[in-house]
Amino acid sequence: MAKRRIVVTGMGMISPLGNSVAESWQNIVAGKSGIGLIDRFDVSQYATQIGGAVKGFELGDYFQPKEAKRFDPFIHYGVAAAEQALADSGLTVDEQLAPRFGTAIGSGIGGLGLVENSRLIVEKSGPRKLSPFTVPGAIINMIAGVVAIRHNLQGPSIAITTACTTGTHNIGMAARMIAYGDADVMLVGGAEMATTPVGIGGFSAARAMSTRNDDPQAASRPWDKDRDGFVLGDGAGMLVLEEYEFAKQRGARIYAELSGFGMSCDAHHMTSPPEDGRGAHAAMQNALNDAALNAEQIDYINAHGTSTLAGDIAESRAVERLMGAAANQVAVSSTKSMVGHLLGAAGAVEAIFSVLAIRDQLAPPTINLDNVDEGCNLNYVPHTAQAREIQHVLSNSFGFGGTNGSLLFSKI
Amino acid sequence: MSSIEERVKKIVAEQLGVKEEDVQENASFVEDLGADSLDTVELVMALEEEFETEIPDEEAEKITTVKLAIDYIKENLQ
Repeated sequence: MAKRRIVVTGMGMISPLGNSVAESWQNIVAGKSGIGLIDRFDVSQYATQIGGAVKGFELGDYFQPKEAKRFDPFIHYGVAAAEQALADSGLTVDEQLAPRFGTAIGSGIGGLGLVENSRLIVEKSGPRKLSPFTVPGAIINMIAGVVAIRHNLQGPSIAITTACTTGTHNIGMAARMIAYGDADVMLVGGAEMATTPVGIGGFSAARAMSTRNDDPQAASRPWDKDRDGFVLGDGAGMLVLEEYEFAKQRGARIYAELSGFGMSCDAHHMTSPPEDGRGAHAAMQNALNDAALNAEQIDYINAHGTSTLAGDIAESRAVERLMGAAANQVAVSSTKSMVGHLLGAAGAVEAIFSVLAIRDQLAPPTINLDNVDEGCNLNYVPHTAQAREIQHVLSNSFGFGGTNGSLLFSKI
Repeated sequence: MSSIEERVKKIVAEQLGVKEEDVQENASFVEDLGADSLDTVELVMALEEEFETEIPDEEAEKITTVKLAIDYIKENLQ
């Protein structure tokens, strides 16, 4: 039996650069930053005081008031992006499709803010004052649950949680489910809202985040000499994946093919990559193998590129090794320079940017890259987007725990 | 100050996302107003807060209509 092919037919996004795919992408292409001072809580005692917040999000567009107050914001963002993606796909879920339509939607941390507030309620008023929605409103798989209930999606319902690789793993594993025959359509992606007191405080304690509080828009600067850590962003990205023949038959608009997926583990350190980026290399190589493509066929790589000292260099080395003599031909950029690091949503948001790079034949830029660091030898698309022929794209995600994933999208 | 009846109906409307005019005294939370089991727990908590009282779980389970809520508050409020 020939392998079932997977295509992208719908996309949705809530990001620091806009509450839709179109608005976010327009700002990405223009090289704008969505980073600013955190104003949701008093950050004066925190080493890091900046983040990529979602702005002007209209909860009422996606939830009844009664429903809205039950959920942590990560679920708000996730459900909103999922609704957009589903509408974008033009699919209607009838009785025949329902059991063949599944969800794979994760989050790196889940309802952190709701858990924090719930603990405060216990302290102040006792456990009897906890809402019955404390648990269902915070758990990671509830975006998948809510979306499935709303649209009668009766196929597989999963939520993979692998830190910053969450979005990528949900997309890749959902594609495998379609290829294997578990489903014909999957609504996939990730969501995050971790710019909370414990989230910001915890990542600060791990010395992972930028402290460039006096110049937030310049704080996320992958591969730049003066980078000093990542910037946490909020939001969600969702895609509709569909079996190719099924999509063709219904006359769907097809954005791109998801032609390969690779995974690996560093097996090295909880939060740092090995210097040679061997885990990153293995994930990309496995994605190429899955698609039966050679490295020199890759035109653009949407890097993990978080703006951390060790991570950026390791990934750059991994790409150099992967590409070999073709390393000077590939465009490699980090859209995290503009939206920040969306943790469990990052892989999904960046998969969407990768698909749009194919659609528009345009590599989005890495902003703030003023002085390329030593040992970084690639075309990182500094400052300005580059128009170029883009047939095949890799999108990388690497997470705490050493977990790596790489998606390969192709023009169709 | 609003009567107990008015205050209970207002809370029911807010909690269950229904119009105040649909909150009739004989209305059942689950059958008439679309509440599920979690909604009713949350509703009782909101009543506790509004009337600064504690409703034991075994009593809360019996409060299934708007009228039963009003009656309970009236009987148990000093």
